[in-house]
Amino acid sequence: MAGRLSTIGLRITHAIPVILGVVVVSFLLTRALPGDPAVYFAGAAANEQSIAEIRTALGLDKPLTEQFLVYAGDVLTGDLGNSLSTGQPVLEDLANRLPASLELTLTALLLSCSIAIPLGVLAATRPGSAVDHLCRVLVTAGVSLPTFFTGIVLIYVFYYLLGIAPSPLGRLDFIYIEPDHVTGFYLIDAAIAGDWETWIGALKQLVLPATTLALFTLAPLARMTRAAMLSALSSDYIRTARAAGLTEDKVLFTYAFRNALLPVITTLGMVFSFTLGANVLVEKVFAWPGIGSYAVEALVVSDYAAVQGFVLAMALLFVALNLVIDLTYTLIDPRIGFETK
Amino acid sequence: MSLLSIKDLKVSFKTRRGDVDAVRGVSLDVAKGEVLGIVGESGSGKSVTSYALMRLLESNGRVTGGALSYGGIDLGTVKESVMRDLRGREISMIFQNPRAALNPIRKVGHQIEDVLRRHSRATRSNARAEAIKALEAVRIRNAEARYSAYPFELSGGMCQRIVIALALACDPKLLIADEPTTGLDITTQKAVMDLIVDLIAERGMSAIVITHDLGLAAQYCDRIAVMKDGEVVEEGQAERLFAAPRHAYTRKLVDATPRAGASVRSLLPSELRTAAPVLAKATAPLLEVRDLVKTYQGKSGPVQAVKGISFAVKKGQSVGLVGESGCGKSTTSAILVRLADPTSGEILFNGEDLAKTPAKDFARDPRRARIQMVFQDATDSFNPRHTARHSIGEPLARLSGLSRKKRQDRIDELADLVGLPRPLLDRFPHQLSGGQKARVGIARAIAVDPEFLILDEPTAALDVSIQAIVLNLLVDLRAKLGISYLFVSHDLHVVRLLCDHVIVMRDGEIVEEGPADRVMEAPTHPYTRELLAAAPTPPALAEPTFSAAE
Repeated sequence: MAGRLSTIGLRITHAIPVILGVVVVSFLLTRALPGDPAVYFAGAAANEQSIAEIRTALGLDKPLTEQFLVYAGDVLTGDLGNSLSTGQPVLEDLANRLPASLELTLTALLLSCSIAIPLGVLAATRPGSAVDHLCRVLVTAGVSLPTFFTGIVLIYVFYYLLGIAPSPLGRLDFIYIEPDHVTGFYLIDAAIAGDWETWIGALKQLVLPATTLALFTLAPLARMTRAAMLSALSSDYIRTARAAGLTEDKVLFTYAFRNALLPVITTLGMVFSFTLGANVLVEKVFAWPGIGSYAVEALVVSDYAAVQGFVLAMALLFVALNLVIDLTYTLIDPRIGFETK
Repeated sequence: MSLLSIKDLKVSFKTRRGDVDAVRGVSLDVAKGEVLGIVGESGSGKSVTSYALMRLLESNGRVTGGALSYGGIDLGTVKESVMRDLRGREISMIFQNPRAALNPIRKVGHQIEDVLRRHSRATRSNARAEAIKALEAVRIRNAEARYSAYPFELSGGMCQRIVIALALACDPKLLIADEPTTGLDITTQKAVMDLIVDLIAERGMSAIVITHDLGLAAQYCDRIAVMKDGEVVEEGQAERLFAAPRHAYTRKLVDATPRAGASVRSLLPSELRTAAPVLAKATAPLLEVRDLVKTYQGKSGPVQAVKGISFAVKKGQSVGLVGESGCGKSTTSAILVRLADPTSGEILFNGEDLAKTPAKDFARDPRRARIQMVFQDATDSFNPRHTARHSIGEPLARLSGLSRKKRQDRIDELADLVGLPRPLLDRFPHQLSGGQKARVGIARAIAVDPEFLILDEPTAALDVSIQAIVLNLLVDLRAKLGISYLFVSHDLHVVRLLCDHVIVMRDGEIVEEGPADRVMEAPTHPYTRELLAAAPTPPALAEPTFSAAE
């Protein structure tokens, strides 16, 4: 156990240089963006003097190193600056929007895992059967249909034609009141408040975008589960387990599935980080007030504080995610903790 | 009445090239308390027979005919749920490659508990105690601590004991051991086989031992069935098989099994035996190793893999380097072929110290061509996308300075020299058989006319009849080309056939060395005696065929 704790400690210390690097890179990147934020915010009627005033006010007239030191100092105290376009502190914006994205992504992944993993396992245990073909079709469809397309098709069918789904305009229909902010996840907050009407309203809004993302993330997960299960099932220890007369359930789940889980978890981690950053299209289609659309809007108007804040928040999230995946790995596979010592 | 009876069993596999009959009408009986050996080379259907018996064939395999009966139960037609009850409780199996045969991420104790609880031999409350008892039954010391170990923390021999414990946990009446000692060291092999045979006798069980090693089967089995191409060609007592083999194939196998007193030519079928080549007397020193030390940085401080060894190889001499895994023989050969650097010591080759040139620069050294190596695994040591011609041509292109045209001629010449039919030169490794790949490996090593060849267990993965041919090829090449060999092996019988001088290593040190005959006949070190005693001793042949050939 001490070995495992020191492994965890080691992994956390590994994350520190990564975060430092991200702070530097995000700072330099936003400075390298084309366009001058001072000119942009001075407006159309600005003259040389007002632009210069704004530049001084933003601290953009100082040398880069000084700007960086100021930025780094602010980051240390938890101040990510103010967004130029929303006028709000970036930290507050992120705190509002990150939960929206996380709620969408996590729901989508939960949905896709609950379909992809059983599907992959079934396909692997019955290669060449109808389930296997269904798995192949779904995987191909999942990777070949872009999310904005599936999103629009789902809206067309379920909102426009059938009228089952609510209008795709954000996280909650205007007839509901936002639940009190606890976690920022509407489903959880509404449940805490005991407001089940709002809970159902939030869920209704969530179904279509989550399905869109789930269809997209299903493909790599199902494919990896199938491949990992197939290779686990053909290994020697499965033969031993069968020769010892263990029941098929025991062989499948305790022996094969736990071994197959390792590559699946790696894929899940990759899919998660990819989806969180790349679901801008889904957020746009469903007018979802998430972090992806926030970052794109900020980028378009050279809102450097917002962009820096976004990059930093994502980096921290990825580091945390990788840590969780590594730790899950050491929990499942006893061989790992020893190799890193 | 026999415990198990197999009648006219036929198994076929669906493959892309149509159905392949792996077993074609095998009939065998195992009596209560009997140990039956099934011996055959790869592809003989010996393992498939046992998998069919356990109904554990791959999904493309099918029993197409015959009857399997175990204690009155028809194994061919009984329901799968009944079959699952029989497996592990009545019939158990142990496998080769024990580490892979255990679930890598489950504690070995839990794996044994799974079996015990499956067959209601233990309850949740006493499973742990019963599992530890099962571990103690296979004579694992400190079973309590081993209970919580994972397979990767245990040695190969220990893993095989766990697999045996797992197979015997529920007191089955029949044990099937499929190549139980392949890949294990020779002393471990002896320990494992002794353990299996003792436990079988103790519990009055029957067993089927499947092996490619006729000598091993002869030593441990009451009766042997020899299989070839899916059929049993001969069956009988070990002594009788060796003394008077009735089938030509049995004769060939008996001949090819290395044993005390055999000569390398006597391994071959009688019609192929030619006079042994005359070897020139080795005199001048070629290679001299002085105080060679290799230290690795291990997890808990430095580990000395080679602890200051010294020896010499004369021109044209063949020296055997013998030892078990971890004795430092592979490290030594890697240093001598200059793929690794020694920590200290000298390697005098024709009087020059090779250790002065770092391994990473040696590839460009003009002396690179003088020392070559034949690797253990013929399959893994080739680029799978290179033809045999390409593989053999590679060292020529880099080291010989021959023109393209001359190189092709040389490759053809080499193919003739190692007995590889020229049309096979354009095949890829996966299109060649094990023996053909071994020939390509040898051709590649001798392509640049080396003076010194390191052979790292070149026949370890080959069937005995192919091994016999390759060993003879090596003897002929040595006579023809005057190359010196360092033959690295764990098989003393093979070393005796090929070497004039033997070095026995243990824990990075040389424990004994001397002329091959002297070391084999009158070993002075207890470890050498242990190694010799561990090697299976096949029964004597009817006629001393070796004297006729010499």
